[in-house]
Amino acid sequence: MGVRLIVNGHEHDLDVPPEMPLLWVLRDVLGLTGTKYGCGIAACGACTVHVDGRAERSCVLEVGSVAGKRVTTIEGLDPAGEHPVQRAWREMNVPQCGFCQTGQIMQAAALLAENPKPSDEDIVQALDGNICRCGCYERIHAAVRLAATGV
Amino acid sequence: MLSAILARNGHSRSLPLLANVSRRDLLRGTVSAGAFVLAARFLPPEAAQAATFYRVGGEDMPNGLVYDPHVFVAIEPDGTVVIVAHRSEMGQGARTSLPMVVADELEADWSRVRIVQAPGDEPRYGNQDTDGSRSMRHHIQSMRHIGASVRHMLEQAAAQRWQVPKSEVRAELHKVVHRPTGRSLDYGELAQDLKAMPAPSREEVQWKDPKDFRYIGTGKIAIYDLRDITVGKAIYAHDVRVPGMKFAVVARPPVVGARIRSYDASRALAVPGVERVVEIPGSDIGAKFAPLGGLAVVASNTWAALKGREALAIDWDRGPHAVYDSAEYEKRMRELARKPGKVVRDQGNIEEAFARAAKVFAAEYYVPHHAHVTMETPAAVADVRDGRAEIWASVQSPWGTRQDVAKLLGVSADDVTVHVTLLGGGFGRKSKCDYVLEAALVSREIGAPVQVLWTREDDIRHGFYHTVSLERLEAAIDSDGRVIGWRHRSVAPTILSTFDASAQHQFDIELGMGLVDNPFDIPNMRMENPPIEAHVRIGWFRSVSNIPRAFAIQSFVAELAHELGKDPKDFLLELIGPPRHIDPVAAGIQDKLWNYGESLDVYPIDTGRLAHVVRVAAEAIGWGRKLPPGHGLGIAVHRSFVTYVATAVEVAVDEKGRISIPVVHTAIDCGFCANPERVKSQIEGAAVQGLTLALYGNLTFANGEAQQSNYHDYPVARLSDAPKVVHTHIVPHPFEVPASGVGEPGVPPFAPALANAVFAATGKRIRDLPLAKHDLRRI
Ligand code: FES
Ligand code: FES
Repeated sequence: MGVRLIVNGHEHDLDVPPEMPLLWVLRDVLGLTGTKYGCGIAACGACTVHVDGRAERSCVLEVGSVAGKRVTTIEGLDPAGEHPVQRAWREMNVPQCGFCQTGQIMQAAALLAENPKPSDEDIVQALDGNICRCGCYERIHAAVRLAATGV
Repeated sequence: MLSAILARNGHSRSLPLLANVSRRDLLRGTVSAGAFVLAARFLPPEAAQAATFYRVGGEDMPNGLVYDPHVFVAIEPDGTVVIVAHRSEMGQGARTSLPMVVADELEADWSRVRIVQAPGDEPRYGNQDTDGSRSMRHHIQSMRHIGASVRHMLEQAAAQRWQVPKSEVRAELHKVVHRPTGRSLDYGELAQDLKAMPAPSREEVQWKDPKDFRYIGTGKIAIYDLRDITVGKAIYAHDVRVPGMKFAVVARPPVVGARIRSYDASRALAVPGVERVVEIPGSDIGAKFAPLGGLAVVASNTWAALKGREALAIDWDRGPHAVYDSAEYEKRMRELARKPGKVVRDQGNIEEAFARAAKVFAAEYYVPHHAHVTMETPAAVADVRDGRAEIWASVQSPWGTRQDVAKLLGVSADDVTVHVTLLGGGFGRKSKCDYVLEAALVSREIGAPVQVLWTREDDIRHGFYHTVSLERLEAAIDSDGRVIGWRHRSVAPTILSTFDASAQHQFDIELGMGLVDNPFDIPNMRMENPPIEAHVRIGWFRSVSNIPRAFAIQSFVAELAHELGKDPKDFLLELIGPPRHIDPVAAGIQDKLWNYGESLDVYPIDTGRLAHVVRVAAEAIGWGRKLPPGHGLGIAVHRSFVTYVATAVEVAVDEKGRISIPVVHTAIDCGFCANPERVKSQIEGAAVQGLTLALYGNLTFANGEAQQSNYHDYPVARLSDAPKVVHTHIVPHPFEVPASGVGEPGVPPFAPALANAVFAATGKRIRDLPLAKHDLRRI
C-alpha cells in the first residue's frame, strides 16, 4: 500500500488504501476540509476538485487513480484566494450557508479554464451537477458570468 | 405542553470561541486580556418604559433577551470591536446582521469589527433557539440598545478624560471627537476606561436617528464569513478537527423504534482502520431528540468507518412502525378529512351557510413528507472525558443541546460546553440534536474525541420529517357568487408526537400556521382537525404547517375564482376584504390564538398589509399581460411568522410537460428591514426551496422504511430548474413598524403560486404534490 499524491503542489506519500476515495484522503488524512461531503455518489458536486485541471467529484475518485496527477483543491485554487471566480463570488454576495460554494467555485473555475466565454446555457450545463440547497443559483449564474466577462 | 417542550433552564459561564484544532485549555477567555468585560449590570426589561421599545415575544421565551453591553461587546486595545453573535448562522445571515445592528449604533467601523460566536449559554446571552424566524424580530431592539450603550460609554469615557461635558463629545466612526476643539480618541484608546464602567440605564441611552444609519437598511454589508467561505476556510461541524479525534458513522434502525436482536461486528472490526463498534441504545417516537439507536463504527477516517458499517450484520426486531405505508396512510387521511373532526375555529353558522348555498365546492390537497437535506448533513464532534463534555456542532439550539447532553450523560450543564460552528443549512433539522447526543455517547464510551457524521442516506432515512398532510376545503357559494361558508379540515401527524407518542391532534403552534388564523372576510367558517397517529418522527421544517395550508388555501382560491369566472388575483383580494385587524374571539378561534409567540397588539393580523403585498407582486409581474403559448401566471399570498408575503410566478410548460420559470416577483412586508440584502437572498432561496417542495419533494414509506436515500431518488432543484430571476420587493417601513420574520415566510406561497401558474398555462389543476409525478402537458 502507499500512494504518492500531489495536492496543491505539495507531494505526499500516504499510507492509505488505493481504493479510498480522494475526498476522505483530503479531509480526514490531509486535513484539507475546504472540499466538502454532500452525497458520496457524484450527485451534488460539493466535493469538486481539479485533477490535472479538470473538475472531478472526489467522493467517487479512488485515490490510487490520481496518484502522480496534479490535484487542486479550493485551498490551492489561488494562493491569495483571489481567483477571478472567488472574487466574482464575493462581488455578487453569492453564499447563504456557504457549504456548497467551494464545490461550485471549483466547478466554475474549471469551466472558465476550458471555456473562457461560456454562454448562459454553457454555464447551466457545467454547474447543473452542483446542488445548492440554500438556492443561490441565480447569483451563482451571475457570478460565473461576472468572472468570465468582468460585468 | 408547549411550555414543557420549550422549557430550558440551567446555568453556566462558558466563553465564546470557535474551535478548529483549538484545545479545551485554549478556549478560556473571550478576547484578549486588555478587553473590557464583566462589570455586568442587568437591565430588567420591566424597569424601562422608554417609548421606543415595543414588546416582542422574545421576552417570554426561555431566558428571554439580554440587554447588557458587557455581555455582547468588548473593545481591544488596538480598537478592534469584538461583537458576540449568539444566534446560529445557517445561511440566513443572523451572524452578520445582528452584530451589524450593534456596530451601527456603536458607530463602529465595520472593517474593525470581529465577530465571535457564542457557545450555548442562554442565562448569559438570552434565548439562542435559532428557529421560528425570530433572530432579527426578537433581537433588533436589544442589539440597538447594546450598541448605543457602548457608544454612550465611550463618549462618557472621553468626556472624563478631557474633563469636558459629555454634550460636547460625539462618537463618530470609531473615534470620539470633542466637537469644540476637534481633538479625538480612537475607540482603542478608550478601551481601558470602559472596563469598570457600569452600563447606562435605558433612559440615558439615545438611539441613533435612523437617517444616520451607516449599515442598517443599506444592504451594503457582506456576510462576515464571505471570504472564508470562498477560500475553503469556513468551519462547519463536518470540518472540526481536534487532536486524537476519531471518525464514526452509525448503523441506525431501518424503522423508527426497531431494536437490535443480535449483531455480529467481527467483519466490521476486520476492516483496516476500524477501531471499535459501540452500541447506542434505541428509542421510539415520543422520545424527543433521543438517538434512534444502533451501532456506531469508530475508525481512523470516515471511509474506514463507512466500510466497517457495510460489513456489520444486524438482526433487527422491526417494531410497531413497520406497518407504516405512506400510500395507505394517504387513503386514511382522505377518509378522515371527509368526516367531522375536532373543531378548532367556529365562526357564524357553518351548517346554515352550507344549507342555503347555491353551490358547494370541495377539494383536497396533499403534501407528502419532506426531508430537510441540508447541504451539510448532521454532524457533531464530542469529547467526553472525566465527567466533562466539550461539543462542536452545527446546531440551531446550542443551549437546548447543552442541556440534553448534560441530561444524557448525567452531568451538570456546567460541565458541558457547546461550541457552535457554521451550519451548512438548518431548515429546522438542526433544532434537533440527536446527532450530538450520538457523538457524546460514543465519545464517552471510547474515551476520546469523535466526530459522528451522517451520510446523505442517513439524513434522508432517519430524519425528523416534515409532516404529511391532507387539507380538505369546502366553500359554500350563494346565488350572487359570494363565498358565505368555508370549511377547512386539516389532517396531519403532529410535531407533538415527537414529544408524546400518543399525541394525535395538532397543537396551537400548528393550528396557528394558516388554519385558525385564516384572514378571509367570510361570515361563516369552521376549521377542524381530525386525529391521526404518527409513525415517523415529525419535526419542524422551514415554515412548518404553513406549507400545506398555503398550498391548499391559495390553490383553492384560484380554483373557486375559475369556477366563478373571476380573475384569481381580484378574487383573492375580494376574499381578503377591507383593511382590518382580525379579532380571534369574534373569529371563533377556540383556544388562544398562537400568533408566533407575539401579541396581536404589536403584530396584528392586518388584512390591509396582506392585500398590499398581493397588489405589489401582481403589478410587478404585469398581472393580466398577454403571454406566449404555454406560459401562465399564478399568484399566492400567505402571512406567516408575522410577515406578509405574496409571490407571483410566471411558468413556461413545454410540449413534453416540462416546466421552467422565467420570472418570479415576491413582495414581502416584514416590518422594518435591517438588512435588505439578506432579505433578498432569503427570498431567492425560498423560491428555490419552494420549487423543490412543489416539483420534486416526495418522501414515501413502505414497511416503515423511507423509500428514498440520496439526491438521485430524492431530487432537489438544480440550476437548470431554478427561476431565471427572482425579484424581491420589500415594503418599506420605519423602525416603529416592528421587524418580523424573514427566514421562513418566503417558502409557503411559492408552491401554490406555481401550481396556479401551471393551471393557467395548461389547464391542469394539481392538488397532490409533487408536480413531477403528474403529466403536465397542456390539455
Ligand atoms: S459529495 Fe461528491 S458529488 Fe456529492
Ligand atoms: S449556500 Fe447553502 S447549500 Fe449552497
